[in-house]
Amino acid sequence: MRVLYFAWVRQRVGLAEEEVAPPPEVTDIAGLMAWLGTRSPSHAEAFAQGKQIRAAVNQEFAAPGDPVRTGDEVAFFPPVTGG
Amino acid sequence: MPVADTIPGQDAPVAPTIRVQEAPFDLAAEAAALTAGRADVGGVASFVGISRADDGLAALVLEHYPGMTERAIARIAEEACARWPLTGCTVIHRVGRLPPGEPIVLVLTASSHRAAALESCAFLIDWLKTGAPFWKREEFADGRPERWVEAKADDDAAAARWNAGAAA
Repeated sequence: MRVLYFAWVRQRVGLAEEEVAPPPEVTDIAGLMAWLGTRSPSHAEAFAQGKQIRAAVNQEFAAPGDPVRTGDEVAFFPPVTGG
Repeated sequence: MPVADTIPGQDAPVAPTIRVQEAPFDLAAEAAALTAGRADVGGVASFVGISRADDGLAALVLEHYPGMTERAIARIAEEACARWPLTGCTVIHRVGRLPPGEPIVLVLTASSHRAAALESCAFLIDWLKTGAPFWKREEFADGRPERWVEAKADDDAAAARWNAGAAA
């Protein structure tokens, strides 16, 4: 599973992207966020702000309960501020 | 390439122009492209968003999610074309470092009549603020640390008034 980070989520995690293999009990966005938060102190700091983090699965906006599967491209980022 | 299924004498389907780029855009050239070779355009509405010198700002730095951003803009442009009888539509959003005065975003909508052009242009810029993956960081001239712009509830409300099914 490829995980991408944008804006301050990227800065806090310290990575723009990484390849991860979460355990089988990780089945949705909320579970993936909790698991990613255990990977390093930087991940923990980033995902401590979990309520302010939005997600996309395969480049579509996703909710905390939406499923994630092996092979997905999952992105985490703050609320968008374009325009 | 499949050929568009058009009925002779009817308007061809509108293919929105979507670009995300660091380079500046040329408003006059983009507007001219929407009227070139056709006589059914009664008006072109435009919105140009500009980096504003708030609070000692030295520059806005914009990033996006390559691939997803273009797809998200294309989807909402298609929705605008479905809601209003447009003859053309262009959205160009810049990324990278944009000092005050630099244009950030261009929205153009063309139609036979002004109401469709003006309303769809407002719809598109409202939606771009809340539904397309871009993020803005502020850099300051006086050495203050940079900071990420926070999403505004006003922008959510502005987008919600269109009740856009495709918005996030």
